[in-house]
Amino acid sequence: MSTIELAGKQIEVDSDGNLKNLNDWNEETASEIAKLEGIEKLTDRHWLVINFMRKEFMEKGDGPTVRRLTKESGVGTKELYALFPKGPAKKAARIGGIPKPKGCI
Amino acid sequence: MKKLVILGAGTAGTTMLNKFHKVMDPMDWEITIVDHNETHFYQPGFLFIPFGVYKEEDVIKPKRDFFPKSVNVIMEIIDKIVPPENKVYLKDGTELVYDYLIIATGSDIAPEETEGLKGELWQKCIFDFYTIEGAMKLAEFFKTWEGGKLVINITEMPIKCPVAPLEFAFLSDWFFTEKGIRDKTEIHFVTPLSSAFTKEKCAEVMSDYLVEKNIKTTVDFSTGRVDNENKKIISWDEIEIPFDCLVTIPTNKGNECIARSGMGDELNFVPTDKYTLRSKNYENIFVIGDATDLPSSKAGSVVHFQSEVLFENLMSVIEGREMKAKFDGHANCFIESGFGKALLIDFNYETEPLKGHYPLPLIGPFSLLQETRMNHFGKLMFKWTYWNLLLKGKDIPVSNEMSMKGKIKD
Ligand SMILES: Cc1cc2nc3c(=O)[nH]c(=O)nc-3n(C[C@H](O)[C@H](O)[C@H](O)COP(=O)(O)OP(=O)(O)OC[C@H]3O[C@@H](n4cnc5c(N)ncnc54)[C@H](O)[C@@H]3O)c2cc1C
Repeated sequence: MSTIELAGKQIEVDSDGNLKNLNDWNEETASEIAKLEGIEKLTDRHWLVINFMRKEFMEKGDGPTVRRLTKESGVGTKELYALFPKGPAKKAARIGGIPKPKGCI
Repeated sequence: MKKLVILGAGTAGTTMLNKFHKVMDPMDWEITIVDHNETHFYQPGFLFIPFGVYKEEDVIKPKRDFFPKSVNVIMEIIDKIVPPENKVYLKDGTELVYDYLIIATGSDIAPEETEGLKGELWQKCIFDFYTIEGAMKLAEFFKTWEGGKLVINITEMPIKCPVAPLEFAFLSDWFFTEKGIRDKTEIHFVTPLSSAFTKEKCAEVMSDYLVEKNIKTTVDFSTGRVDNENKKIISWDEIEIPFDCLVTIPTNKGNECIARSGMGDELNFVPTDKYTLRSKNYENIFVIGDATDLPSSKAGSVVHFQSEVLFENLMSVIEGREMKAKFDGHANCFIESGFGKALLIDFNYETEPLKGHYPLPLIGPFSLLQETRMNHFGKLMFKWTYWNLLLKGKDIPVSNEMSMKGKIKD
């Protein structure tokens, strides 16, 4: 069982490194995970994406792909990559405390 | 008279047609299949065309050779499906009424989705090999190419046959070695995934082969645009990769008729129950093959496993029974690795490809996740199996549920 240290606490993660328990997540953990991902400060634009990811996950049981994010979240692809370098869907899911979207495999 | 309509006569549509034709009483059932193209392409063969291993005639046959005599064949473009009316509209205005519908319209490349991909270099030094035209143009190009930077780029996932780009890289290594210009050719595999393949175990093995074959790999690269002037692909986060020849696997999408019907997701794939293969929204519509939004691989072998599940479940629905058959995501793929060898992987929704051996009555066993000559013959034999067994809906001596027999767990 792997864990990561967030704000001094050991928290369980899955094999992709995303939080194992949805209940371990809150806005503070999000900021901590973001730092581990190299994002120093979460802006309103980051939150727009993270909240959209979480909403989709709660409704559908899976997070959206980048393509769906672009189409539905109101944030364009270019900006998504600027906000979450390398893999917007993957990173926003991790910071949002949900599993890696299946569409990103 | 009850009506079964099948949309698309590719791998999946043709297989389903033959399965149902065998059991449905022609006094009670009218079966109709619709496609707009008379030619059936053996798409797995496209991989070999750029390297001169197969020619066009090796991968095509008339679709009608695989249709039973008594079915109703319509060659026309499908305009749209209107589920509340139980009707399909064709481009020429024909209306088809159905009691049960099977959607098997596959997926196609959509290079126009990426800025600059279909620019002035398209089919001059930018090629795809997912279409017959692309594969043939690339074969022409390779005949006289003297080497340089060869970039193989997956634009976006999901794509059909996710192993094909890797195979293309391995075969390039072999081809340019045989041609004596491998030292002048840099092969660069560029993928949006975080490793060489979608499945972790297999990705490790593939990475080792890439290193061994001196193929450069870039992961986490999401293609944003193509700069035709400077011959570069540029990611959304502004990383640039130069090429002399770009072999692209463009975005794959379901057919436009799905979008026109308002039945698809953002890539025109149809939301489908991953176990029963029934449409998530309509009780008398089933979906199979590349047209689905399932998290399984989009491959011919998968179509075969799905076809048995779909057949049983649709029969149950027709006869008013509960659907019992469950698709487990089973896929098996030969991965051509060059120099007359190949690997075999076998996996499903839950189980990663494992090492060991794959028992096959009469012919097998094949080694799993290891490079052997036997697997290469397996790959070539798939063509025979495809034309003679799969499309005709006949039994293939492999079970549709994945088995753990011969596999080694670690
Ligand atoms: C390069 C390459 C290599 C591959 N290698 C392998 C391999 O090694 N092993 C393997 O198992 N699989 C492989 N595949 C994948 C395999 O070919 C596909 O997964 C399989 O053919 C899917 O079958 P399908 O019936 O879903 O779609 P298709 O066979 O593509 O059939 C779809 C049909 O629908 C018709 N259609 C679509 N829209 C319309 C419309 N609006 N109106 C009328 N007709 C329409 C099309 O004309 C077509 O005939 C490979 C694919 C490619 C491209």
